[in-house]
Amino acid sequence: MAQAEPLLRAIDVHKKFGDVEVLKGIDIDVHKGEVLAIIGSSGSGKTTFLRCINLLEEFHQGEIQVDGERIGYTAGTHKRLGEAAIAAQRARIGMVFQSFNLFPHMTAEQNVTLGLVKVQGRKKEEAVEIARRWLDRVGLTERRDHYPYQLSGGQQQRVAIARAVAMEPKLVLFDEVTSALDPELVAEVLAVVQDLAKSGMTMLIVSHEMSFVRAVSTRVVFMEQGRIAEQGPPEELFTQPKSERLAAFIGRFAGRAH
Amino acid sequence: MTYQFNFDPVFRDFDKMLWGLGLGLYLAAIGLLIGCVIGLLVAYGRQSRITPLRWALWVYVETIRNCPILLLIFFVYFGLPEMGIYFLDKTESFILTLSIYAGAYLSEVFRSGLTSIPVRYVEAAKAIGLRPWQRQRYVVLPVMFRITLPALSNNLISLFKDTSLAAAIAIPELTFMTRQINANTFRVMESWLTASVLYLVTCYGIAWFLRRVERRYAVIR
Repeated sequence: MAQAEPLLRAIDVHKKFGDVEVLKGIDIDVHKGEVLAIIGSSGSGKTTFLRCINLLEEFHQGEIQVDGERIGYTAGTHKRLGEAAIAAQRARIGMVFQSFNLFPHMTAEQNVTLGLVKVQGRKKEEAVEIARRWLDRVGLTERRDHYPYQLSGGQQQRVAIARAVAMEPKLVLFDEVTSALDPELVAEVLAVVQDLAKSGMTMLIVSHEMSFVRAVSTRVVFMEQGRIAEQGPPEELFTQPKSERLAAFIGRFAGRAH
Repeated sequence: MTYQFNFDPVFRDFDKMLWGLGLGLYLAAIGLLIGCVIGLLVAYGRQSRITPLRWALWVYVETIRNCPILLLIFFVYFGLPEMGIYFLDKTESFILTLSIYAGAYLSEVFRSGLTSIPVRYVEAAKAIGLRPWQRQRYVVLPVMFRITLPALSNNLISLFKDTSLAAAIAIPELTFMTRQINANTFRVMESWLTASVLYLVTCYGIAWFLRRVERRYAVIR
């Protein structure tokens, strides 16, 4: 089958923290509409890879393309692009963080409209309308005038998701978005992510919620020591892991109740 | 023998005292305003990659912080004309001194404010595609302003009290007025007691008001 151009393409991405190489050559293609889950033990490089995609981390070798456009660096010399160019690229990639990172001095609605107005240059009324639509979608219509400190962790994370997707990014990165939540608040956030996944949004999800990963993803990547060790459809990966390490990794989570 | 209080001669000039109090508040407010601008520029400048600039700003801050303000007032008022700078009248000269003085202290307040802003807010600002100056304008500065509000309040009150030093160059603020009234009426206790109460009530009022502002704008992290 002839594949369309991938939305995200990573070619031999290497990243070092000092002398430690945390990404040792990541190659991956992600197509439009795919929900790619990245799993692996902590320190395997999954979050770092996610952060390289929107240039919150620098990488030292290789390239990442989004919709055919090379991200962050010039071709050949691997020189970092100017801040304005990088900002423009980031605006087309959404990100949801582990610790929500809502702007603490702004209401839920203002958190969502900031990018729409200042980055996309929309009119305030239009931005407010978009923000309300998305806050409604994540079930927070009543809370749009609340400040982050007046919201529960789950609510904050849903605002953060609305903030990311309201910009209509080409792809959205989810970095362990439930890891900082109290157990009883995890479900409401996962429900929102699942709802978005069904709508055909292209997503990269780093998560430790295995049952969620299994339910929501179209493909799972298992990372280990800075490399992609194994990948495939979730059912296949979870039921017939090829490597012993993946089997052991899945085994550690099997006992956990969610 | 007991001292007989007689406030009448002092109260006859009470309007002068109030006028002096108003002038002091005005001087402090202008000083804080210009001082904030200087302080912000210096705080950012001290993060600069240009080493000579960082050094120069360090020298400025440490010099000001380690000199008595009265000396600075005299230096600017008597010294600058010697160097050929005549265009300042004594009020302008005092405002200049107070601003430079406040700027040094406020730069330290802002510097610690800037470093105390959690990286995650900046990362969120980056992730939605804000450019560097927009990240400062819409995220870093508003958060920093809220974090440093209590320190700014303290500085305003300090500055207001420091305006009494303007009496040394005959600026007719409250302390200067009181000294005149004292000289004219010979009611030593009454003059200075009245001035003290005025300072106290004003400072306490400012503090009370600013604490309300702080509560309104507090950032709960």
